[in-house]
Amino acid sequence: MNDFSIASDRAFGQVVIETSGLTKKFGHLVAVDHIDLSIREGEVFGLLGPNGAGKTTTLSMLATLLKPTEGMGKVNKHDIVTESDAVRRSIGIVFQDPSSDDILTGRENLYLHALMFGVESNVREQRIAEVLKLVDLEDRANGQVKTYSGGMRRRLELARGLLHRPKILFLDEPTLGLDPQTREHIWEYIRRLVDQERVTVIITTHYMDEAEHLCDRVAIIDDGKIVALDTPERLKQAVGGDIVRLRIKNPRLNPVKDLPYIVKVEQTDAFLLLTVKDSSTHLQEILSLVGNADSVELRTPTLNDVFLNYTGHEIREADAEGGFFERATRARSNGK
Amino acid sequence: MTELDGLYALWYREFKVFLREKSRIVSSLFTPLLWIVVFGGGLGSSVSLGGTNYQVFIFPGILTMTILFSSIFFGLYIVWDKRIDFFKEVLVAPLSRLTIFAGKMLGGCTDALIQGGLMLGFGVILGISYSAQMVVVTIIFMLLLASAVVSIGLIIGSFMESPEGFNLIVSFLVFPLFFLSGALFPINNLPSWLHAFTTLNPVTYAVDGMRGVMLGISTYPVIMDFGVLLGFATVMIVIGSVAFSRMK
Repeated sequence: MNDFSIASDRAFGQVVIETSGLTKKFGHLVAVDHIDLSIREGEVFGLLGPNGAGKTTTLSMLATLLKPTEGMGKVNKHDIVTESDAVRRSIGIVFQDPSSDDILTGRENLYLHALMFGVESNVREQRIAEVLKLVDLEDRANGQVKTYSGGMRRRLELARGLLHRPKILFLDEPTLGLDPQTREHIWEYIRRLVDQERVTVIITTHYMDEAEHLCDRVAIIDDGKIVALDTPERLKQAVGGDIVRLRIKNPRLNPVKDLPYIVKVEQTDAFLLLTVKDSSTHLQEILSLVGNADSVELRTPTLNDVFLNYTGHEIREADAEGGFFERATRARSNGK
Repeated sequence: MTELDGLYALWYREFKVFLREKSRIVSSLFTPLLWIVVFGGGLGSSVSLGGTNYQVFIFPGILTMTILFSSIFFGLYIVWDKRIDFFKEVLVAPLSRLTIFAGKMLGGCTDALIQGGLMLGFGVILGISYSAQMVVVTIIFMLLLASAVVSIGLIIGSFMESPEGFNLIVSFLVFPLFFLSGALFPINNLPSWLHAFTTLNPVTYAVDGMRGVMLGISTYPVIMDFGVLLGFATVMIVIGSVAFSRMK
């Protein structure tokens, strides 16, 4: 049952999310810049990018919390502007920040959600029990949410997002602010709910490993635009080789950079990054040409390398707290 | 059906939170009790108005105060909801903004009425003898006042981003409404400038109406007090609904 490669054997259905030229401007600032997406039923789709790239803004538009400035979007065949109620009924959403009421118990939070999202009274109890089981919170369901750990609260909100059997589930940075162990747990739960509930999932994240672990396809977003979109596998292949990372003081670049199997050379303060085809057979030669390296690291490319490849800069984990812009949009979608 | 369920959900949440946060009930009743027992008792030992002991005279005024303060704070409380993001969960629900407003408002009226009811019970200790009719009419007055003031709180709260402005609202809105309502003094022999303010203050009519029903002392006919208060509540509820429907 615990199959970790969710992508492989699932056939995807019809298109459930479609956008064309979707754009959001705040004054002169273009937060989301003509995004075209087509996501199929059953897919786990990732929006990957640094904070302020426009991920949350995109999600907020699809969830009808923000109106697009330009362009069109359809969720479950309903227009996100003119049929927002129908869209809301087809989606579940787990917000970046905790959004459960911590004075109430877990069960009460779920009960309120069931009422507000029109879960029929004859299936309410049963459905609440089902989602609680799905996230292993049965024995804590009657405790106040303020006694929960961060991970438990996240799990409760995952359960809540699924309660009304949405066709599409939006997860906005589902593991932000959680410790590494808890993050892996949350990933397991997300995989479990994809398997058991057959729901289409859209995840925004700035964690490379998260996108790699969970997503069938990933759109890399930078500065409001999609710079690449494919399966994590193919995105990595597109980098063109393995990554050789050398810690080296004064590398001799000239003899190296024209070698036929070197795809790309990049130099930072203390490191030399080489993208190399068939790296294992050529490593020896590279090392002899480049000079004395303090350390060598050889790895297959990660999405981080992909991101670097397409945008010319890395996603910095230090941004995790949220850039100014992300905060600004959040304040907007919260308030007025 | 969903709208009604949603309305119930919003009310249910407020009610649960209210029951669980007992410190809020205690603290919101403590100040009015201080006014009645200390201020009313102290001044009442040498002052009586219109043949009524001062402590008893201000009782309807303090009842109004209880409703006024608990209602306005309830409304402003949505600023916290917005902060903890619980409100986002509500806003993304397939419910109309009107339902969300109504659910909040009814929740607030419930809270205020429970607190007002507890204060009303305290009146027995002061020697006020209630009849069933008195209690019913007083509760109707409290309900109208609560729905109007909760709406004001929600309107202001829907525009506020942080609770920093709370003190400003208390100083410049709630206290003036209270002091200019005749809660603590009779309003028929006032200097003309003060008289103008009390006449314009809708809260005056809540105090006057309740005092009329409970003690038989009133400046205006009780039915007129009722009419003014009903109008006040209606206007505030309409403005509140509009404010919520504009909220993103």
